[in-house]
Amino acid sequence: MSVLPGIASIAAMALYAAFFLHAESQAQVLGLVALGVVGVPVLARVGWIARTATSLEAHPLAARSASVAALAVIIALFHDQHFVMLMLASVLLYSVACLGLTVQFGYAGVVNFAGAAFLGVGGYTSAVFGPHVPHALVLLIGGGLAALVGSILILPILRTRGHYAALITVAFGILFRTFVEVNDALGGPQGLQVKGMNLFGWELNSPLRDLSFYANYVFVGLALAAAAFVLVRRLERSWVGLSLDAVRLDETAAAVFGIDVARWKILAFTCGNFFAGIAGAAYAMMTGFVAPNSFTFGDSLILVSIVLLGGLGSAWGVPLAAGIVLIVPEKLQALQEYRFLLYAMLVIVILLARPQGLIARPAREYFPK
Amino acid sequence: MSEALLSCSGLSVRFGGLVALDALDLEVRSGAILGLIGPNGSGKTTLFNVITGIYRAAGGRAQFSGQDLAGMTPQRIYAAGVTRTFQRSRLALPLSVFDNVMIGNHRRLHHGLWFNLFRRSELRREFESNLAKARALVATFSARLAGRMFDAAGAFSMIDRRRIEICRALVSEPRLLLLDEPSAGMTHEETRELMDDLLAVRSRLPGLSIVIIEHEMNVIERVCERCAVLNYGRKIAEGSYAQVAADRQVQIAYLGTE
Repeated sequence: MSVLPGIASIAAMALYAAFFLHAESQAQVLGLVALGVVGVPVLARVGWIARTATSLEAHPLAARSASVAALAVIIALFHDQHFVMLMLASVLLYSVACLGLTVQFGYAGVVNFAGAAFLGVGGYTSAVFGPHVPHALVLLIGGGLAALVGSILILPILRTRGHYAALITVAFGILFRTFVEVNDALGGPQGLQVKGMNLFGWELNSPLRDLSFYANYVFVGLALAAAAFVLVRRLERSWVGLSLDAVRLDETAAAVFGIDVARWKILAFTCGNFFAGIAGAAYAMMTGFVAPNSFTFGDSLILVSIVLLGGLGSAWGVPLAAGIVLIVPEKLQALQEYRFLLYAMLVIVILLARPQGLIARPAREYFPK
Repeated sequence: MSEALLSCSGLSVRFGGLVALDALDLEVRSGAILGLIGPNGSGKTTLFNVITGIYRAAGGRAQFSGQDLAGMTPQRIYAAGVTRTFQRSRLALPLSVFDNVMIGNHRRLHHGLWFNLFRRSELRREFESNLAKARALVATFSARLAGRMFDAAGAFSMIDRRRIEICRALVSEPRLLLLDEPSAGMTHEETRELMDDLLAVRSRLPGLSIVIIEHEMNVIERVCERCAVLNYGRKIAEGSYAQVAADRQVQIAYLGTE
């Protein structure tokens, strides 16, 4: 399989993203959305998306380099625009959280409708520990606390399945939001301020030359997303990934072949929450505050919809879908509340054309050439 | 005479008021092939589910190589060397043939998170030796299937899926293999082929005992040294195929009567 379709698609997506981010008038934005709505099904129909996916799978190094290069071009083009840089950093940090959800939901089949709560645990960790502890450590503590808080949910999740397990996570998400809202030590409804990130003396809130300071968070987001991506890929391409899939697909058959269903569900749930916690900690340092209203059930649904739109279990699909889900509604600001209507329709249209998600998860290859 | 590998005595299972197994006594010796026959609902699959730890017995004992199976989890029973196939194929259809076979090899694989994430070269060696092993096993059933180890199991026909399921159950070299209606949904010719391949594998694994639930009498007649007949959860006859087929009670219960 040639590397060309993959590279061409990444270039085309970068170009599209650049136009989209650049578009000023609503006519341009809507035109580009319409192009996407028509273009994706057409490309799917002629088999281009499948070719892109196989091409990228066959040339992982080229795929990664091209993605980073595309990102670098976009950074160069929009380097001084706060909005674009904030969006890019958000997409990358949400990708970290959604890669965690991919491990939970896509691999082990443990649904999590409280993703925003685990982002929130990370965010509040930044607010509370940020002033006292080195920030690299704060990120890890954020992940660790999210994993720890998640362990409260392990017992009920292991005892239930399907919709019931989902409902437990929904309830937990609401519980978390209410808890931080009524808790005055955590700032109540107003939330808390969070200091900007300082990594080993590098103050991220002071801009490098004429770059937006958000560009610094793009770099950190990229590093975190790349690390999460590599870990998730390695996890999938291992006996652990196989066991997680076996648990998701048939718990009884898995148990009969010695697979400890509870162990793998706990592992997936904990890893996923750890990722979400790290992402939440970094995100809060970027935006400078945390408040209960940032961690609603709706925010959890956004995380789940990124995972589904990208393709359940598909690591490449996550950043792509995060881009669509986070950026499109922002660019449709002029439509005011109607933008969510349009955006919801967009997601539905994409899923009608691509029921497996934008990039369907490919078959496991443990050690691709 | 070899020791009993599996022995059940007075084994009972109830679902509410329904008695699925009623004081069943059964022995399987090491290396033997036992056929298990009986009408639908006579408790054959229930017995498999008790042996593999999916159901709990209400009374009696089941022992596998001296260990009491009561209170053992399915995982520990597998580790002790019992594997099975299911009446309605329970493969992981979206996963590849290799993945499905490897699910059966769970106890031989390293599952540490650190090992799987960061010791990739060792994992690669483990992967390669397991791939060679799985391929060789699958090839005894079908060379064509062995050439498509990374295609999704769902892409294959019924007989191929059954082959994959049997390979999944055999790859860990169990001591007791429980086959739940391997011929279901297949033609006579396909069944015959599958049984020949199974016997070929068994000749390489001399200690392997097999219990086979089957409605195809010619399969039972050909592969089983002994068979037991269940009806309403009770064993009504046991012996060679000729003996049980001649049994009046069996004829009434199962083979039909004029």
